[in-house]
Amino acid sequence: MTTSTPSMAARSAAAPAPAPPRTEQRSTGRLGDLIFAGAARGSGVLVIALVTLIGVFLVAQAIPALLKDQASFLTSREWTVAGDAPRFGIAELAWTTVSASIIAMAIAVPVGVAVALFITTYAPTWLRGPAATMIDMLAAVPSIVYGLWAVLSFRSVVRPVEDLIQQRLGGIPLFAPTGVSGGTIFFIGVVLSIMVLPIVTALSREVFAQTPTSHREAALALGATTWEMVRTAVLPFGRPGVISAAMLALGRALGETIAVTFIVSSLAPGTPWSWSLFNGGETFASRIANNAGEFDSAQKTGAFIAAGLVLFVLTFLVNAVARIVIQRRAAFSE
Amino acid sequence: MSVSTTSRVVVTFPDRTRARTQRDRAARVSMALAFVVAVIPLAWILVTVTTQGAQLLFSSTWWVNSQRGINSTMVGGGARHAINGTLIQAGVTALIAVPIGVLTAVYLVEFGRGRLARAVSFMVDILTGVPSIVAALFVYAVWVGTFGFQRVGFAVCLALVLLMIPVVVRTTEEMLKLVPNELREASLALGVPRWTTIVRVVLPTALSGIVTGVLLGLARVMGETAPLLILGPYTKNLATDLFSGLMPTLPTMINQDRSELGQAAAVERMWATALTLIVLVLVLNLAGRLVARLGSVSR
Repeated sequence: MTTSTPSMAARSAAAPAPAPPRTEQRSTGRLGDLIFAGAARGSGVLVIALVTLIGVFLVAQAIPALLKDQASFLTSREWTVAGDAPRFGIAELAWTTVSASIIAMAIAVPVGVAVALFITTYAPTWLRGPAATMIDMLAAVPSIVYGLWAVLSFRSVVRPVEDLIQQRLGGIPLFAPTGVSGGTIFFIGVVLSIMVLPIVTALSREVFAQTPTSHREAALALGATTWEMVRTAVLPFGRPGVISAAMLALGRALGETIAVTFIVSSLAPGTPWSWSLFNGGETFASRIANNAGEFDSAQKTGAFIAAGLVLFVLTFLVNAVARIVIQRRAAFSE
Repeated sequence: MSVSTTSRVVVTFPDRTRARTQRDRAARVSMALAFVVAVIPLAWILVTVTTQGAQLLFSSTWWVNSQRGINSTMVGGGARHAINGTLIQAGVTALIAVPIGVLTAVYLVEFGRGRLARAVSFMVDILTGVPSIVAALFVYAVWVGTFGFQRVGFAVCLALVLLMIPVVVRTTEEMLKLVPNELREASLALGVPRWTTIVRVVLPTALSGIVTGVLLGLARVMGETAPLLILGPYTKNLATDLFSGLMPTLPTMINQDRSELGQAAAVERMWATALTLIVLVLVLNLAGRLVARLGSVSR
């Protein structure tokens, strides 16, 4: 960051940290300024410390349990955390979590972007405000309510769809029939997609709305249809925002706890492995939440914290990658 | 077809053919359809929760009694204890998270430069992505695992603070960036100290957005269940002490009956509790929007 940039550059909205041009800190030496700047910087440092501490504490409490683990932590599907010879691994948790989240993204990103385009471009002006509010309300519904609704109402609607796919495409291992009637991975994915949709829409909507009118008008003036205008002006401009939105949504989907906990049907130990999306299985978060009552010894707790640590690393990577992608894009579009 | 290429001036769209018009129409229809599809679950949830839960909400005991002495086969009871717990925890969480969040945003926009600012910004992004269950495990590892304290309401607040900070930081930051530099420069040119400029000029200008951010954060925090499962076990009794004993909340009240889905009375109570929670969150949301509109300086 250059401190001597003229204010024009600093003023552009897309700049990563557009601060007013002035020399750093020691500008005035007034007591109020010093205290205020100190408090602000202190808060920033606190945030860094918190994230670091999350990693440190999770690692510190997971290691003793991991050292005792008799099974391979990364590839085992067992989960016995009590006793002298605990055997636990995350293979099944990771598969369920990741595949359900991918299903959720496959539905939520296209639909969410389409909804955002509808709100910013296609909807009549009178509808835009209310439409945006409605989608925001979807985010305001607490996740436990989604869980309740998914189990008691939504399940009966998705079930026939699942049966149909299993009948038609059952030959493909991914869609093989399993006989699981409760919460399948597919169903978890569908519910998650509804829950993360408002995240995708809200952010995409914001960036789409920022598309310069001159870009839109230029496209239209060149004879583009509305769709072509969207494709050539709005979407390229909003792409970093959409990627960022998708990554945020993915992070949410990976870590969603209570709605999934309501839905999942955990597999009995020793159930043969299946690649089917219509199989049951627990996610990281639901396994931890379902067993919160069991946190009575350091070893047991450590095993669950180890699972939580993997989830943390997973979401950390997703977010870090997203950020790098966005920053590259931002540099290009300047 | 790129419109933004500056070097090539001649950018043409082919003549308006039937295919192009049809494609345009198809896009228009699918966008509208996507919106309808997205709204269906919302309407469905709201209608279900309302029809299934409203009756209990109008019963005389719901807003004043706790669940003391009520078991899963009995109808009704009250939600006062859980409402209390949810409001207390949300309030305390906001008290801690809002100052930290706003100050961090101020740092990022007004002071931050160089590596520290980049690190802070990066960490806020990471914190945004931290799943609530991980935040809960972290607080558990510190509060119970390291210090050996009991699971109490305040531990829940600490976990919720972690979830609320990034929401407040990001929204506040966005709003501060929108404050025109001319306002800052004008104030500084009049000899107003920098911190007074921030407190009296910059923050009020961005107030509406900050309030929205706080309310969004609160809404997320109030509906959050994972930290409660790990750190705040449910009780049927009224509790107001954040530092000792169990504290009931609306989400844990719903979760309590998760294994009783066969009991009509329990299911009705779950819906009623869900409705109460939704109403609380929505009232908060609407109030926030109203405050934002009235208090806005920029418009």
